[in-house]
Amino acid sequence: MRYAFFPGCSLESTAWDFARSTQAVCQALGIEVEEIPGWVCCGSTPAHGTSASLALALPVFNLQKARAMGRPVLTACASCYARLRTANHAVRHDPKEKQRAARITNQPYDGSVEVHHILDVLVNHLGLDVVRAAVKRRLSGLKVACYYGCLLTRPPEVVAFDDAEHPTAMDRLVAALGAEPIDWPYKTECCGASLSMTHADIVSRLSHRLVAMARCAGAACIAVACPLCQVNLDMRQADARKNHGELPETPVFYITQLVGLALGLSPEQLGLNALSVRPDGLLEQLPMPVVSQQGMENCSCCCDAAAEEPRNRSRGTVPIFAAGGRENGTVPFGRAGGSR
Amino acid sequence: MTEVLQWNDGALVREVERLSGTAVSACFQCHKCSTGCPIGPDMDLLSSQIMRLVHLGAEQDVLESQAIWLCASCEACTTRCPQGIDIAAVMDALRMLAVERKAALPDAHGEQFNRSFLSSVRHHGRVFELGMMAAYKLRSGDVFSDVDKVPQMLGKGKLSFWPRRSNVKQVRDMFRRAQQEDEPA
Repeated sequence: MRYAFFPGCSLESTAWDFARSTQAVCQALGIEVEEIPGWVCCGSTPAHGTSASLALALPVFNLQKARAMGRPVLTACASCYARLRTANHAVRHDPKEKQRAARITNQPYDGSVEVHHILDVLVNHLGLDVVRAAVKRRLSGLKVACYYGCLLTRPPEVVAFDDAEHPTAMDRLVAALGAEPIDWPYKTECCGASLSMTHADIVSRLSHRLVAMARCAGAACIAVACPLCQVNLDMRQADARKNHGELPETPVFYITQLVGLALGLSPEQLGLNALSVRPDGLLEQLPMPVVSQQGMENCSCCCDAAAEEPRNRSRGTVPIFAAGGRENGTVPFGRAGGSR
Repeated sequence: MTEVLQWNDGALVREVERLSGTAVSACFQCHKCSTGCPIGPDMDLLSSQIMRLVHLGAEQDVLESQAIWLCASCEACTTRCPQGIDIAAVMDALRMLAVERKAALPDAHGEQFNRSFLSSVRHHGRVFELGMMAAYKLRSGDVFSDVDKVPQMLGKGKLSFWPRRSNVKQVRDMFRRAQQEDEPA
């Protein structure tokens, strides 16, 4: 499996951990990715709110570069994904748009380059059986709220790898890692996206709603597949707490970071140190890799399970939601010897 | 809102339909878009109200609303519209019209952000986030919000001090040609 990788601007800066974990996971699973040389910004929301021509031409310019590589495109950013697919859709279905794109980019383009999101590639191209077989460290007992956000599944006639209102790809992937995807109603609710810069108060309200609902539904962490979702739920979580009331500390992982952890990759390889809400406490409670250098004494999978107290008692934050946290003392979590 | 009671020749509907490529006139006011809009509680006009005001030719009410700049383009409305109207594209078209017709913006932050972002792309080929944020802050005068986040972001390697440039000349040419394409014939 070979892809032309389109990282996008965010993955070079605020979401470098998404880029690193995506590449590490692809390497571990034998997915060959090569960055598109000379790629440029897809234009994102500011372009389609300013100029329809620019919003068409910038993605097409990148697709032309990918066509020269003879590979389908792989993106991780949900916004780049939606912009590239939207441009493809326009060129394929409207001859006028096709001509306009050719005039602005000075090159013909027929819409023939396929564009895929990393989630689509892992779940539908590679397949969950392959992922399951590659898991070295099952994320047993980790309750994850899978948050798709807006642009990964919308509009359905353009992106179309999962259901627009009730997507399940990420949930199935998380289950294949041994973790437990929780059922919750805000999978595709918007986090406010780029209003993060201009109207942080609105984003703060929306993030509070999302994180609170995830906790109410029993999640201990959230998985995302978009740089803006991650920033808005993770970096703005402290603001949300300050402005809208108490909220338990909830780590927000890129889905590729969770996949990488299950594949036995190290926190450094996955850029976990870039997360604002530290996931260390949560990860300590996961079972250690099957082969541990510390030997098997005091392993987390079978020893001292009964002696453990329910874990939300030992957390720094007070659980505010009755249904949140993990009241279930039977989950065999132990202190993982030497993990830190 | 007196304007809405006057006879109108449908010029606004036609212009919005041309810019957005979607049939605004098909809206039958079911309000499904407004019900599912995550930003609805913060908007001065709901999306279904905007659709109706476009029908009625109430140009000033629509172009000077804050709502068109608060829309996050999440496309929930577009996905759910039973008439298949691309409502998010209508919002884009109204933003373009508001800039083109120099409407008095009640809240210029969205427009200032778009300009700062695209100027960064035009200069570097890719977004240079630190420069873009500085440019936006100077334009909007909103200098102090989120400055507390900057040290944390720098510490985590999330902001680069230097732009990564790519194909600058081609990108500038595309900006120029796109602007020519957008000019009304």
